[in-house]
Amino acid sequence: MRKFDPDRPWDLTTLPTTMAPKGSKPHAPTDDRCFLGAGDVPAAPKLQEAVATIKNWFRASSLNVLAFGTGCGAIELRPLSTSRFDMSRFGISGAPSPRQANVFIISGYLSTKTLKRVIRSYEQMPNPKWVVALGSCTINGGMYWDSYNTIKVLDLYMPVDVYITGCMPRPEALIAGFDYLMQDIKKGEANGWHHYLENLEWYRDNQKKVITDWDLPNYSW
Amino acid sequence: MELLPKIGWTALSLFVGINYGFVINGIIRKVMARIQGRFGPPLWQPYIDMGKLLFQRNSIMHGYMHWLGPVFRSVGGIGVFVLVPIVIGDPRLAGFSEMGDLLLVMYFMFFGSLGMALGAGEGGHPHSPIGVSRGLSQMTAFEVPFILSIIALATAAGSFDINAIVAGQQGGVLQWNFFSNPFATAAAFIALLGMNMYAPFNIVGAPTEIPVGPATEYQNTYFSLMMIGRSALAIGKMVLFMNLFLGGAHSVLEALVKVIVIYFWSVFVGAVFPRFRTEQSVRFFLRWPTVIGVAGVLFAQLVRS
Repeated sequence: MRKFDPDRPWDLTTLPTTMAPKGSKPHAPTDDRCFLGAGDVPAAPKLQEAVATIKNWFRASSLNVLAFGTGCGAIELRPLSTSRFDMSRFGISGAPSPRQANVFIISGYLSTKTLKRVIRSYEQMPNPKWVVALGSCTINGGMYWDSYNTIKVLDLYMPVDVYITGCMPRPEALIAGFDYLMQDIKKGEANGWHHYLENLEWYRDNQKKVITDWDLPNYSW
Repeated sequence: MELLPKIGWTALSLFVGINYGFVINGIIRKVMARIQGRFGPPLWQPYIDMGKLLFQRNSIMHGYMHWLGPVFRSVGGIGVFVLVPIVIGDPRLAGFSEMGDLLLVMYFMFFGSLGMALGAGEGGHPHSPIGVSRGLSQMTAFEVPFILSIIALATAAGSFDINAIVAGQQGGVLQWNFFSNPFATAAAFIALLGMNMYAPFNIVGAPTEIPVGPATEYQNTYFSLMMIGRSALAIGKMVLFMNLFLGGAHSVLEALVKVIVIYFWSVFVGAVFPRFRTEQSVRFFLRWPTVIGVAGVLFAQLVRS
């Protein structure tokens, strides 16, 4: 893997694998930073696995989406709660405060200015939390591939659990993305939040490379 | 009845009451969805939300007062629930109703909100104090018709004791306060709209305005505790209204049916109305409902003399 070059962020060969490796233990918060020093109480592995399965089922069946639209894709989120698409069928509902949200949808292009607020809101969400990247812009910049002010590869700045391609993806695609996310959560493989905490320094370095007026705390609790 | 079995029976009825509140909450979400032409979440969605909230850890600390807010809230709800008799003449389901009268119940109704207001202010988010001030002003407004209506009922029964008010309504449907004092009933049921905080009086947790209001900084376990407290308070209030106006209940089944009927009065009103502004809500309660409440007191006095 070549070294990441901030001048060539679209060069996918420089990308590290930012997702948790497949087959990793479901819900294995070994890092004390996840829980303010209060780690999980040790239990028998079988019991731990059963409890993790139950917890993950509950988490997957009650997703609260943070009401934060970063780009034009936010217009595709509104129809989801209308009678035509009705995301509440799947237990998905909106959460106006990051303290009560689980899912962060980066809806379309993300400007450098917004990234700072996104990082702040993302870190304020309680663990476990998931990120859904909506639209081509979050993958490689999309139609903003040569913009000076837009984040091209979202995965460098925050862990992404599900990508939804298209410009714009329709609400059906969003629901399909939620379906993938729920399956991953139930399998215990949607561990982006955990990866973020483990590699916080690496993410911070990348974030500080684009945010020149950095004035955030070390971690926005 | 001995104290220990009484505590046991009251705890059991509290458990059933809170669960019934969760079930009603699920039915309300489904009904609202059907009114809006959606399918809506499954009936057991409140339980799933509750489980999810319990399986997450809290990550912030805003001081002990902030923690105590939801505790006060649930104490208020549980206080209302245990002080109201559920089934007439059954000491197991009478709670501690002979130890406190209507005034204590009303104190507990106010206490939960005041405690929540103290705790929510500690969070530091501007939406919390805005929601608190809106809630307290609306509460002061709807207390006026509610208290007038209660004074009318107490005048008729000659006592503030809930068991005495229920006993005065026995002997046929037409003996219910619902029919014998329609003015007091109207005032109290309009005040109930404000208490339940469905539209048009949902100014505290006004969606898209100050989205969740006082609860903005609360998360996970605090939030689940608030859900429990809210459930107990809602069911306690409905049981209180059942006792005051619908002649109490002779069996558990009757109580369950009457509770859900009273609850859906505010849900159906909420489904069709937009939201009031704070000052509109305050003015509304201090205008016609207050006049109707005064009429109820005069009516009760006339009937008595």
